[in-house]
Amino acid sequence: MPLANTPTSVPVVVDNEKCIADKGCTVCVDVCPLDVLRISDLTNKAYMAYDECWYCLPCQCDCPTAALTVNIPFLLK
Amino acid sequence: MSLDKIVDGLTEVDCDVLVIGGGTAGPMAALKAKMKNPNAKVILLEKANVKRSGAISMGMDGLNNAVIPGHATPEQYTREITIANDGIVNQKAVLKYAEQCYSIIQELDKYGIRFQKNENGDFDVKKVHHLGTYVLPMPNGDTVKKALYRQLRRVQLLISNRYIATRLLQGKDGRVAGAIAVNTRTAEFLIVKAKAVILCMGAAGRLGLPASGYLFGTYENAANSGDGYAMAYHAGAKLANLECFQINPLIKDYNGPACAYVAGPFGAYTVNNEDARFIECDYWSGQMMLEFYNELQSGKGPVYLKLNHLHENTISEIESILHKVERPSRGQFHANRGTDYRGNKIEMHVSEIGFCSGHSASGVFVDEFARTTVPGLYAAGDMASVPHSYMLGAFTNGSIAGQHASDFAKDVDFAAYDPEDIARERERVLAPTRREDGIPPNQIEYKTRRFVNDYLQPPKVPQKYRLAQSRFAEVREDMETGMIARNAHELLRALEASSILDCADMAACSSLFRTESRWGLYHLRTDYPGRDDENWFCHTLLGKTDGRMICEKRAVDPYVVPIDDDEKDIYYRQRIEARA
Repeated sequence: MPLANTPTSVPVVVDNEKCIADKGCTVCVDVCPLDVLRISDLTNKAYMAYDECWYCLPCQCDCPTAALTVNIPFLLK
Repeated sequence: MSLDKIVDGLTEVDCDVLVIGGGTAGPMAALKAKMKNPNAKVILLEKANVKRSGAISMGMDGLNNAVIPGHATPEQYTREITIANDGIVNQKAVLKYAEQCYSIIQELDKYGIRFQKNENGDFDVKKVHHLGTYVLPMPNGDTVKKALYRQLRRVQLLISNRYIATRLLQGKDGRVAGAIAVNTRTAEFLIVKAKAVILCMGAAGRLGLPASGYLFGTYENAANSGDGYAMAYHAGAKLANLECFQINPLIKDYNGPACAYVAGPFGAYTVNNEDARFIECDYWSGQMMLEFYNELQSGKGPVYLKLNHLHENTISEIESILHKVERPSRGQFHANRGTDYRGNKIEMHVSEIGFCSGHSASGVFVDEFARTTVPGLYAAGDMASVPHSYMLGAFTNGSIAGQHASDFAKDVDFAAYDPEDIARERERVLAPTRREDGIPPNQIEYKTRRFVNDYLQPPKVPQKYRLAQSRFAEVREDMETGMIARNAHELLRALEASSILDCADMAACSSLFRTESRWGLYHLRTDYPGRDDENWFCHTLLGKTDGRMICEKRAVDPYVVPIDDDEKDIYYRQRIEARA
């Protein structure tokens, strides 16, 4: 059976003004236990690539510029 | 798609001691293996990043099982855990933990982790268990991973992050020879030859499906998908008492701890919808969970954790702990719903099932030296069978494993494995990447875990269990012939889906084998509602024999700390009876 893309609202929000991934920072991507964050090829900023979040907060707490906010995923909010 | 592009590659390395899993037990095991023999080459392999991996990713509020001179003795603790676990324990391993954990506390203290003291300078130990006093708060518990990491840097330990181990390598005689791992971002293979391997891969926490339906909304760190249980099984190690599930009382929907271990000593407690207490003790045991479940079934639900009778200063202090460590996002969860501890009680529910000896007793069978039944293979932490061992158990048993494995590795050479094993494993792992279309890992996982909820959640009905086994076999067929992974990240999830399905099969098999009820809700069978000490005062060991999943009995070793007859059932006296 072929695959489809189903939209999902993801809990991690990145403030592109504050994010310094374009200067080489990868802290949030490095620390995530579920490995769901990536740096965008288009914007060079961090974003949540996979909706697989444990809402555990290392990305938010370890971000040097406080650019990340982890929300509670919608299904359990 | 360039994201997580699959790269063809294979690297081989060797070491004396390979530790798999960089959460709690793993870093301690690696550290101790290296300290025991500074010339040894020790590698710590981790699926995520050792800095923030495992159950204590965001730290921990305290030690739940500290045996501190003046407050408790190792014998007392061993007695309590024996009773809490309905007698089915390897006491030697529990006693060894209890004797050694105080020295680990002192060591953690040296690493910069502080433990709460009273005005006299004594450890401020709190009572949460039914009998003894073992809970010690950690005021800077949010720093525990960082403190550990500093120690790993100090001894210049070799760390490989972002590799998921998939199978163990073994020599002809069965002795462990190393492990096969796959990079979670490139799918490149890493073969680690090792003289001894320590598995510290955490709980099987992604087994049942949370009621929210969100696959990653689990109690355990969702990275703990039972890979260690599956790997040990395929290597022929025995797994003990898997039917003694982990089931926890959690904040409904958020699915994390509320947490009565923190709030209880301040005066918080569990109530029903009449605001009345119904359990004597908030310590997480199967018997307590059964009363919790019964209350929800009786029409007296919902069940709540009640703090709103406490003084403002007390509530602020509790908030400063609960919203900072372990699961700090619970503060945001409560705020979203307008829940304030001052005015509102916290709605609780019964969690989905998992395996975790850290809270119950389901784990890879180990002796008092953390040895599994496979020569050269050790296990520690939530996935090893020392019951109710929590974080301090992971540290202490990790330490025991690291030291013993280091000595073991000194005296042996590498076991020779069959290179064909690697070729076969490569084919198995990469099969989902070779398909043009198929079923993505998240759907394989969802279906497995939904069936776990439908059929395996206690009370256990054998007819439902057999249906589960049929459904799991169908999912397995789909997984093996039709699962697709389009990039390295999806391949990581595909490998985890395979571990989850193995754990689901193990949960069904071991639960059907034990034809009695024991451990309260954890193993409550509708067809055998009573405890049957005559036939079932034993461990169940699950293993792979001639490619098949087989269970057998193993006698409980003679106790080293005797239990009086009138003590045996104390944990069954949980319910607060109506008083005249």
